[in-house]
Amino acid sequence: MFMRNLTVVCAIALATSPLLADESGNGDTTERTSAALPERLEETGERAPMEPPKSSAETVGDIDISSNAFGIGQPATEEQISAIDIDVMPDGQGLPEGSGTFADGKTAYDQACAACHGSDMEGVSELGAPALLGGRGTLADESPVKTVESYWPYASTLYDYVHRAMPLQSPGSLSPDEVYAISAYILGRAGIISDDPETTLDADSMAEIEMPNADGFVEDPRPDVGGNE
Amino acid sequence: MPNDDKFPATRYGPAERHMAESLVEIERQMLADPQEEDCDCKEGMFNGLTRRGLLAGGLALGGGALIGGRAAAEAPPGAVEYYVQPDPTKEQGRLILQDGGYGSRSQFESEVRWRYPTASIESSWSMTPLASGHGIITPSGLHFERHHAGIPAIDPRTHELILHGMVDTPMRFTMDDLKRLPAVSKIHFIECSGNGLTEWDEPTLKTVQGTHGLTSTSEWTGVRLSTLLEMAGVSDGAAWILAEGADAAVMTRSVPIDKAMDDAILAYAQNGEAIRPEQGYPLRLLLPGYEGNTHIKWLRRLEVSDKPFMTREETSKYTDLMPDGSARQFSLEMEAKSVITFPSGAMKLPRPGFYEVTGVAWSGRGKITKVEVSADGGNTWQEASLEGPVLPICHTRFRLPWKWTGEQAVLQSRATDETGYVQPTLSELVDVRGLNSVYHLNAIQSWHIAEDGEVTNVHA
Ligand code: HEC
Repeated sequence: MFMRNLTVVCAIALATSPLLADESGNGDTTERTSAALPERLEETGERAPMEPPKSSAETVGDIDISSNAFGIGQPATEEQISAIDIDVMPDGQGLPEGSGTFADGKTAYDQACAACHGSDMEGVSELGAPALLGGRGTLADESPVKTVESYWPYASTLYDYVHRAMPLQSPGSLSPDEVYAISAYILGRAGIISDDPETTLDADSMAEIEMPNADGFVEDPRPDVGGNE
Repeated sequence: MPNDDKFPATRYGPAERHMAESLVEIERQMLADPQEEDCDCKEGMFNGLTRRGLLAGGLALGGGALIGGRAAAEAPPGAVEYYVQPDPTKEQGRLILQDGGYGSRSQFESEVRWRYPTASIESSWSMTPLASGHGIITPSGLHFERHHAGIPAIDPRTHELILHGMVDTPMRFTMDDLKRLPAVSKIHFIECSGNGLTEWDEPTLKTVQGTHGLTSTSEWTGVRLSTLLEMAGVSDGAAWILAEGADAAVMTRSVPIDKAMDDAILAYAQNGEAIRPEQGYPLRLLLPGYEGNTHIKWLRRLEVSDKPFMTREETSKYTDLMPDGSARQFSLEMEAKSVITFPSGAMKLPRPGFYEVTGVAWSGRGKITKVEVSADGGNTWQEASLEGPVLPICHTRFRLPWKWTGEQAVLQSRATDETGYVQPTLSELVDVRGLNSVYHLNAIQSWHIAEDGEVTNVHA
């Protein structure tokens, strides 16, 4: 396993090698795969220094160093923000419109997730894909089992993470309906919500879910160990 | 999938198959690369440097392992194999700029990062070879890595940072914008809070690279985050700020706004040049003294809020499970820690005599004020000398002359920081936190020296 992984790591090294990069990217085209060497200056042949960075601000703004106004940067528009503002908070802030059922979630999970996390969400350790179910009541044991079911304090984190980072090979590819459905399936299988095939999750119902370990977290009390001079 | 027969699902998971397929494709491209000879002659700078040397330098490991005869891996990664003169005083050396204008290390130096064998190759980490380090700065190419979804290649011309949420004016900055603003340069360590996670129960990894290699120090240059926050105007009641990366994990962590206003840096440079891709090129959040995961790489978004966001990396991960089943959350500061890097695990002292014991100490809460060294497993301690400059939140080099008599010894180091905090023993930590907290192990490390000079990792 380790050797095979090592070979694959080598492949990544190759893929990112500057020698393989297309060196045509020059001038101001935005799509480029590497930078050109600095130009040479006429007569002396010296390398040109970097160009002074341009501010993206359209106009020269007010400059008042003491109040931290530099006239640099520009306001971000609603569209620019919403295009990348994907986080979801425990109170439901950020959950998009849409909905999905346990039954649809099972279909989607079997297709997009089961290969790595197992058809019963037991995890596939050779892939580093963690178990998503089980472990409830084990957190104080000698060998605790930390899963979405047993450990995660907020359901919002499940929506947020699955939407942003899963499935591993094509993150960000799931629609809101699919993420709701998969969440309903995982949380239904975990016994946190009903596992009736018609059970539906949407922004409102998602924010209502109480996770088993919601009260399991405490603030950092350190320094808790270690001498003091 | 086209390669189903080559990489059967019985042996390869989907992720591995994907990787294996790209590998085949890359190899195919390499073998077919028609422009191969083009770049040698560019500006006439590669005179005398063999194509083979160039390839070996650029491709290193991969070239050798994969393409067999085409690019044998003579030179270590980061080095180029040059002709070695039998007597360098009797013939001219290689010409200036034969390296294309960017130098590489000697072909006789071969320290490399080591990847911890996690099952997932996409979510993995590599460790700094601390044993061969000198002084306090980690070479950029040896800085430890922790990625959850690989290393993206991002063009700075198109990269932007958006700052929004509880601010008066949501703002958008290009990399050029950020470089126009007043900058600071600070030398700080970054340590992953998982550093040492294999060592709670029993001594597991053999070398200091394995036990402590998830800490590195660089000089970081960039804009203070407070500069941007003041420009945007933070609303009353703001308490947290979300930082988000532009990698495939779209990595996110919540940071207390006080920290953001205090000493956080949006870093675009590392050790005097642009920050390395593995370290977040073109932009990384630097939170001096905080656990490594919060130093979001490839930073694309900052959102101000009144509450923490409770992302996966601050709930499922990077929380410390206690014996009573509760878990500590937002354990952000890295506590004082030190380790002897010479002599250290898997070395063998050749014979009794003089050795300079040396290592590094660091604290996320400020300066190191003292490092003590014991050669008898903690019974007696001697103060080591701290090599200046001793900087806050920075690796600090310590040294102590030592005579090894040839008898068994257990070497330990113990750091104290400017808050008066003294690095604990492992049993003190375990007494309070048990064996399941995974993160934040900062215990005193013990190296056993056997009579034959063999150095091993022990719990003493
Ligand atoms: C190619 C393999 C793969 C696929 C497919 C995949 N995952 Fe994952 N998943 C992983 C790996 C590997 C991790 C661990 C990532 C890390 O730790 O950074 C993970 C982590 C997770 C976690 C976090 C678990 C924890 O305890 O922190 C959740 C939840 C999850 N995946 C859900 C899903 C869902 C839902 C799908 C389908 C939409 C899916 N995954 C598809 C490999 C995969």
